Amino acid sequence: MSLNSRGLLAFEHLRMRKDTQADPEPEKKEEADPDNQAETAKEEEEKVEEGMWEETFKSHSDGKPNGPSSVSLDFSLPGVEHVYGIPEHADTLRLKTTDNGDPYRLYNLDVFQYELYNPMALYGAVPVMLAHHAQRTTGVFWLNAAETWVDISSNTAGKTVFGKMLDYVQGSSETPQTDVRWISESGIIDVFIMLGPTPKDVFSQYASLTGTQSFPPLTSLGYHQCRWNYNDQEDVQSVDAGFDEHDIPYDFIWLDIEHTDGKRYFTWDPHKFATPKEMLQGIMDKKRKMVAIVDPHIKVDSNYKIHNEIRSRGFYIKNKDGGDYEGWCWPGSAGYPDFTRADMRAWWASMFAYDQYEGSMENLYTWNDMNEPSVFNGPEVTMHKDAMHGDWEHRDVHNLYGFYVQMATAEGLIQRSGGVERPFVLTRAFFAGSQRYGAVWTGDNAAEWDHLKISIPMCLSLGLVGISFCGADVGGFFKSPSTELLVRWYQTGAYQPFFRAHAHLDTPRREPWLFGPENTALIRDAVRQRYTLMPYWYLQFYQAHHTGQPVMRPLWVEYPQDPATFALDDEFLIGRDLLVHPVTEEGVRGVTAYLPGKDEVWFDVHTFQKHNGAQNLYIPVTISSIPVFQRGGSIIPRKLRVRRSSSCMEHDPYSLYVALNPQRTAEGELYIDDGHTFNYEKKEFVHRRLSFANNLLSSVDLAPDAQFTTHSWIERIIILGASKPSKVTLKTADGQESHIDFEFDASMSVLTLRKPGMNSGADWTVMLQ
Amino acid sequence: MSSRFHQLLPMLLLLSVGVSAVEVQRPRGVPLSKRQFYEEGKPFTCLDGSHSIPFDRVNDDYCDCQDGSDEPGTAACPNGSFHCTNAGFRPAFIPSSRINDGICDCCDTTDEYNSGAACQNTCREMGHKERESLQKMAEIAKEGFVLKQQLIQEAKRGIEDKKAKLVDVQVVKKDLEEKVEALRTVKETAEQPEKEAKERHLKNFTIRWYYQKALIRMEKDKARMAVVFLELDDDADGLVSVSELLSHSELDPDSDASFTEAEAQGLLGGVDKVDTEAFEAVWNNLKEKYVSEVTTYTAAPVETPPEEVREPASDNESEQYPEDDVQEDEEEEDEEDEDDDQDDADYKTPPTPATQEKKDDDDEGTMPPYDQETQNLIDAAQKARDDFDEAERALREVDDQITNLEKEISFDFGPNAEFAYFYSQCYELSTSEYIYRLCPFNRVSQKPKYGGSETNLGTWGKWAGPEENVYSMMKYEHGTGCWQGPNRSTTVKLTCGKETVVTSTSEPSRCEYLMEFTSPAICGEPPSRDSEPRDHEEL
Repeated sequence: MSLNSRGLLAFEHLRMRKDTQADPEPEKKEEADPDNQAETAKEEEEKVEEGMWEETFKSHSDGKPNGPSSVSLDFSLPGVEHVYGIPEHADTLRLKTTDNGDPYRLYNLDVFQYELYNPMALYGAVPVMLAHHAQRTTGVFWLNAAETWVDISSNTAGKTVFGKMLDYVQGSSETPQTDVRWISESGIIDVFIMLGPTPKDVFSQYASLTGTQSFPPLTSLGYHQCRWNYNDQEDVQSVDAGFDEHDIPYDFIWLDIEHTDGKRYFTWDPHKFATPKEMLQGIMDKKRKMVAIVDPHIKVDSNYKIHNEIRSRGFYIKNKDGGDYEGWCWPGSAGYPDFTRADMRAWWASMFAYDQYEGSMENLYTWNDMNEPSVFNGPEVTMHKDAMHGDWEHRDVHNLYGFYVQMATAEGLIQRSGGVERPFVLTRAFFAGSQRYGAVWTGDNAAEWDHLKISIPMCLSLGLVGISFCGADVGGFFKSPSTELLVRWYQTGAYQPFFRAHAHLDTPRREPWLFGPENTALIRDAVRQRYTLMPYWYLQFYQAHHTGQPVMRPLWVEYPQDPATFALDDEFLIGRDLLVHPVTEEGVRGVTAYLPGKDEVWFDVHTFQKHNGAQNLYIPVTISSIPVFQRGGSIIPRKLRVRRSSSCMEHDPYSLYVALNPQRTAEGELYIDDGHTFNYEKKEFVHRRLSFANNLLSSVDLAPDAQFTTHSWIERIIILGASKPSKVTLKTADGQESHIDFEFDASMSVLTLRKPGMNSGADWTVMLQ
Repeated sequence: MSSRFHQLLPMLLLLSVGVSAVEVQRPRGVPLSKRQFYEEGKPFTCLDGSHSIPFDRVNDDYCDCQDGSDEPGTAACPNGSFHCTNAGFRPAFIPSSRINDGICDCCDTTDEYNSGAACQNTCREMGHKERESLQKMAEIAKEGFVLKQQLIQEAKRGIEDKKAKLVDVQVVKKDLEEKVEALRTVKETAEQPEKEAKERHLKNFTIRWYYQKALIRMEKDKARMAVVFLELDDDADGLVSVSELLSHSELDPDSDASFTEAEAQGLLGGVDKVDTEAFEAVWNNLKEKYVSEVTTYTAAPVETPPEEVREPASDNESEQYPEDDVQEDEEEEDEEDEDDDQDDADYKTPPTPATQEKKDDDDEGTMPPYDQETQNLIDAAQKARDDFDEAERALREVDDQITNLEKEISFDFGPNAEFAYFYSQCYELSTSEYIYRLCPFNRVSQKPKYGGSETNLGTWGKWAGPEENVYSMMKYEHGTGCWQGPNRSTTVKLTCGKETVVTSTSEPSRCEYLMEFTSPAICGEPPSRDSEPRDHEEL
């Protein structure tokens, strides 16, 4: 990698406005290339151009007290043809060159009905780009929260495969190269280069800068049922009952903005949600939880406690004239608390205390929407850039606003429990580091097949830059999905980290049982598949929390030397051991999945059929199919007793799925803790390595200094790719040996060990003879 | 197998009725009805017959049978079900995933035997409550059913009345039809002489009228000629000269912008001057093009071209618009702004000269009144027409009445027409925000309590209950459209009640409303007293 090799390093110092305007050049456009501006400024210090000191956009004007203040730098990446990252964009996983269009834009915006395959800015921004070729992975972290643009060009972009081959045959000296240029509207050039060389190294290098994914409560990895809006307490109760009636598990039911008293967050509608604690208790009795929305825009209303406190403490963002900034949002006229202030965040966090947030209980969690921030009457539906956060202009910190909102909210949820309970906060806007505070979703998508498809690259891109807890609104937010699309979306969402169905106010109801018994059964099956895999998901998040590795991964992260994987974004890995190729096309009878790994094998998790790696596999599908494969060489723990909610499954036994590789070995891990507190930090957990080799399957303690008592036991061990043993013996820590019954399915080479029964936290060995 | 099954019956009945029943020994979660499949000490065969397992593997917390039948009392099988006896209440099956999940599902607490959940046995209480509410419902149903019988009788009577009325009205109709025919003949008879008299009158008048008109026109032309002569005769010498003519360039015969003396002379018949008499001879050369020197609009009631009958229809329009139609438009579309104003302005421009001319024409002579004889014929015919029209109107009314009666008689008001009493009634429910109004078989609407217009939530569609009980639901469709959504529609759920009331409304999905409506008409026959509710459930 080389910096400034194209000489695009540029910055403009802050300057004082000269009120004697000399010779303005009206023909120069205000959006002129900042580089030109920079050079012009260097050459002719005194020249003033239109737009330097003031800009107008539609009816909005932006006073620019520091004048033009952009910064820019270029990075050349020899040998690189694949770059990734810089979310959030509704685009392919592999970033495209921008030679013939707009650069990728990073500017948190509340976009109405966003377009796909477009570099336009969306709700969040993580200015991190990964560059990859078969020998090395590197990364660039451009730490700047102002509006940012990224241009990408490549010397091979236009070449066909044949052209590249021709180059190769002719011994063309030109190596492929990607050139990237970053431009930000203000601030300084503050760049971190992650040198790799492996993808894993880049992830841990980046994690050392911005932190890792927060370790979410186990239940939050279950299924979330949301809608704008559940009408009232009765509605909530009947939806909750509907899940039981149709035997579909779920963990969280959500309330959107209509639950509040006139869009005053931290309050409840006095008629529709008159007794919130009663409602929450009803949900708690089913071991389920609720999320209620708390947006950062605060209704300007002198009868509203939150507003009065923020105003009297001077916590609102100010306009350029020093008054409280006011914009238009859901409640009408609204103020925007200055979340960049630590004292504001501390105060905000204190508002989540049970005695402050009336009607809240420990099973009520929070959703921060509209935190780009969304200002309905602002430029591009966001805040004026010349609004003031103390001495800082909003221009300088715009992309950080949502990050701080979620930070303060998560802190509030931690504090209300006295620091004991892990928080769960969903955010729409985000920045580098947002992974430390909770989950992210891809905003207001639509009930269209392309939106289902794009959910994969969108979440993969977020995972690459640290934000693992990602999901898209299942079913699509705007519009109404066809039944087939809804079913396919459940099947896809069940295998993505954050699994929540959501729908716009104006769409017909779409609880899973409203589409006839057959479709109810299909959706039930998809959700139940999710719940059987909860131990695996939880383990992935535990690992992400420790290492910064993404949970949902592009294939190239695990197969960095296989170019066939570099641009794949219609399939993905969960951890390293599960490969998912969801059906995201209407009416298809088959999909082609690429199974990576030259010497590897993959097992269809539904049929246990074995397939070789390094091949494109055509998989015939029906409406019930979710193509998922377990890697040979892995051990995946599952809980097959799917219950009403994940909390209900806490003490249930595990089934271990041991998939043997051609060398007849396999490895996996099992992680168990209480699922919801920070006690894991005090070493209260079970973490075991499971390994199979030489016909011995054993469980070894990975954290001997950790202590945790689990009631869960091992109810069955399923060994895929096994041969029939004559005898199976279990040896426990106390030296006891016992026979284990087994069944062998010769047609699929599946060996099932019946009820070995040892405690999941204990040492043990199983011998196949 | 089946004989053993039946043998169990007497014992079962005893059990469920008697409070002090003895629990029959059987594996946990097995209903009595299936007890015989689980025989202690003998191999257990999965109920789907797939295979057999030793009996100690029944309820051993490991799922051996595909159908889940070996684990009726544990959560080991994903598709198992657990039976709670619920003594004092009614027995139930729950999915086995709810065994020991920490949540009390069976009122007898038997599902939570190993979870530490502190469940209370609430069966007695629930049984009591259920019996109470069943009793209450039964009472309501009973009273409702009595009311229903009355409704049915009323409906029967109503229909009979209507049928009788229909017969009556049909008689009336027949009479009316005859009357109409008779009056038609009278009318036609009276109209013939009227028509002939009118034609005669018109014919007479027309000749005189044209003659008069021609005379008047000629006089007018002469008068104008005199005026023009005076105007042209600038020096008032009693002669119009070439030079005086030249000041009127519009008279230039070839309109080539140069009005030469030769041309003027030509117009004057080849001489330099003409007196009034000679002027009369050349007047025809001038009168078409001549423009009066008096420029004001009002002073130019010039008798222009002979083709004077100039689309009188459009004249009428231009007169009427400003007064009537436009004003109506303004009232109806007062929000529409500039465009309309523009139109109004167009309409309001002064009447064209043609209008003026028309008025002049009217001065020239109107139709003289009919002679007495003709007038008498006309009056007689008019009376015959009026009589006929009135008879026809009466017939139409009777037709409508018949249509309505027939509709009402044939309308689907339920198997015994018990819902007929809803017809042309409306029922209201007031909520915090709205007043909902249900007019059965007609429409459902919603009106904001504090101002605002009414929204149509759907008009009568059909009975929409499930097949076995079609009359338990009504569907109202095609209401006011929703933004980005469907047209509003309402489902009305009928339940048994003594009174006819709307008890609740909700909008479970955007623009899809649900209304609960009680009525005695839906009450079923109450069950006979001795049948204790739902005793035999598990059989």
